[in-house]
Amino acid sequence: MLSNNMPYRPIVPLVLALLSAVTLLAQESEGRRIFEAQCALCHGQQGGGGRGPSLVKPTLTKAPDAPSLEKLISEGIPPEMPGAWQLSPNEVKRLAVFVRSLGQLPSETVPGDPAHGRDLYRRQACASCHIVAGQGSGFGPELSAIGARRNAAFLREALLSPSAALPEGFLMVEAVPRQGAKVTGIRVGEDPFTIQIIDAAGGFHSFRLADLQPLNKLPKRSPMPAYAKLPPADLTDLVAYLASLKGTR
Amino acid sequence: MLLLVALLAQSSVPFERIVNADQQPGNWLTYSRTYQGQRYSPLKELTPKNAAGLKVKWAYQFRDGNNQVSPIVVDQVMYLSGPNSAVALDTRTGSKYWSWSRPVPTDYQSIGFGRTNRGVAVLDDLVYVATLDCYLVALDAKSGKERWSVKAADYKLGYSFTVAPLAINGKIVVGTSGGEAGVRGFIDAYDAKTGQRAWRFETIPGPGQPGHETWLNDAWKTGGGSTWVTGAYDPQLNLLYWGIGNPGPDWNGDVRPGDNLYTCSFVALDGNTGQLRWHFQFTPHDVHDWDAAHVPILFDATVRGRPRKLIANANRNAFYYVLDRETGEFLSGKPYVKQTWAKGLDDRGRPIVIPGSEPTAEGSLVFPSLNGATIWYSPAYSPATGLYYVAAREKSSLYFKREADYKPGTFFAGGGEQDLDPNEEWGAIRALDATTGEQRWQFKLITPPWAGVMATAGGLVFSGTNEGNFFALDAATGQPAWDFQTGSRITANPISFLVNGQQRVAIAADRVLYVFGL
Repeated sequence: MLSNNMPYRPIVPLVLALLSAVTLLAQESEGRRIFEAQCALCHGQQGGGGRGPSLVKPTLTKAPDAPSLEKLISEGIPPEMPGAWQLSPNEVKRLAVFVRSLGQLPSETVPGDPAHGRDLYRRQACASCHIVAGQGSGFGPELSAIGARRNAAFLREALLSPSAALPEGFLMVEAVPRQGAKVTGIRVGEDPFTIQIIDAAGGFHSFRLADLQPLNKLPKRSPMPAYAKLPPADLTDLVAYLASLKGTR
Repeated sequence: MLLLVALLAQSSVPFERIVNADQQPGNWLTYSRTYQGQRYSPLKELTPKNAAGLKVKWAYQFRDGNNQVSPIVVDQVMYLSGPNSAVALDTRTGSKYWSWSRPVPTDYQSIGFGRTNRGVAVLDDLVYVATLDCYLVALDAKSGKERWSVKAADYKLGYSFTVAPLAINGKIVVGTSGGEAGVRGFIDAYDAKTGQRAWRFETIPGPGQPGHETWLNDAWKTGGGSTWVTGAYDPQLNLLYWGIGNPGPDWNGDVRPGDNLYTCSFVALDGNTGQLRWHFQFTPHDVHDWDAAHVPILFDATVRGRPRKLIANANRNAFYYVLDRETGEFLSGKPYVKQTWAKGLDDRGRPIVIPGSEPTAEGSLVFPSLNGATIWYSPAYSPATGLYYVAAREKSSLYFKREADYKPGTFFAGGGEQDLDPNEEWGAIRALDATTGEQRWQFKLITPPWAGVMATAGGLVFSGTNEGNFFALDAATGQPAWDFQTGSRITANPISFLVNGQQRVAIAADRVLYVFGL
């Protein structure tokens, strides 16, 4: 019941916003039910991938917006992905709402000054290992959309203790050839017979395992220095800058 | 007269020729080369000593990707298939003699698997292909023209054929996919000359049939039990051995209490009538999608003090089983891959299930994963080493249980899995003592494999990796002898044959078939 002394006007948008949030949640929940029954067999029960690709991404490359995702769901991707002929247009809509929610981080207010953070990013020479919007060097993971994929707490952790926040599949290795110098770097390819490594100077190395001493894998190691000595205010600003990187160009 | 006999022999593959396949080791006449399912070549030219010299002789590019085909080779002609397509090639050069295809209906949906085909069968002067839209088609071996075709099931209900048919005496046997769509599975035999259906074995027994009591209410109608991998055959016993897939819905067993026969079982059927002779269920009331869709391996050895006719299987559920193939009696079983769902097997081979290993709403962590400790691709057995070779998958999953509403022609899964950290999963080619399941050696793979294994009398084991390697190991020790980067993930079975007296090895890697020789 509305209180008499409450001004009327601000209530309308509030109610509308609440209604739309509730509707969105209801759509998401209905979409989740459809997803679990019809999509999860290939994309994983949590959307994290399996036989089909992971859908836990801020932007789906094949369907970057809602209409294109609805179209893709309806038509499928022949020959591998079946189209959802059995779903009504409304069900497809709800499913798309859910799928698009998978890669979205909960919105958060990130403290700090991203402009100063960007300045710090430049001064700390982060671009000598990372690419942002086409600028920088590709030894480390690209950061152009890191703020859409990782929250501020994770980004802070990655700066303070890089080895505790490694990207999926990331591995440092040390290869000691039976003849020649030791190579340490990031694994970029591996099969049961060969290994491919990129070293800190950006040099590629490819070895047959038979030509190496047993390969030394260095799990939970990162070549990135820890930025624990950065003044706390600077750290906050750097995190604010990284969190602002949403991949939009 | 002699010449005529020779020509006749060349132009046709009578049943007896497949029964006696060992007398002509240069050919590969049926899915696993012989009816025994061993995927073993008696050829000896290639050995661990000279395999390093293997080179590409020719390659063939398919119309479609993700090929799972196992080629057939008859008298210098190779027959390959893809989804709704087939081709005949010169084994010396890869040049094409003919090709055949028929369109996949525009409203066809493959529910729970990719569009693929695992190979053809040959008998007399016909080549047999099973299509995604559930036709069995007989092609003239010389021209690729259709002789007859027969519709076996309705693809709109989720049935589909990806299987390589098996040609036995006057009959062509096929099975169906569709275990994620609530089908009721079957194994069909068709008259090889006319396409008339000779018999059908329903893998989910209906009212009045033995085994029906393992289903409640109407659950049997959507009970699954697909039959999508080619079986084995014992011509002396005239018994056909076939693996049966998972029950439906896959991960929610609440609607189907009971053992759910004959899902996740091997069945032995009379070749003439399709009558069930015996069955052995590996995973009663499966809730993890552990199909027994495997190629059974038949071999003879002394077990428990007497010589026996045996049937062996490294199962998707992570146990290796040896049974008596005359009676189905369980003889031995033990894990060959990490598993966390059963304490072990009782003295009749029934798993002692660990409580809490079934899927839950929140997800329950179990080894092995949905795709199992091994899957549809072939294992191999070498009579020379007495070893059973299997491409093993070491991987766990979070298993989820969900609601399952049956709607014809859509997923009827009732849950599923979520993959975990890819750094924690791996694979191996393992050599097991075929009679005991004891591991003799393993060759580690970076990721859980999707390719089959072939053993040869020259002492090699061939297989492939997700990273694109096609390779040979020493069959006695597992030491690598040769490897080749094909450029794509391998999801097929290798074969071997002769060209002008020289040994060849063939493998499909995605869109390309490679043929290797010295």
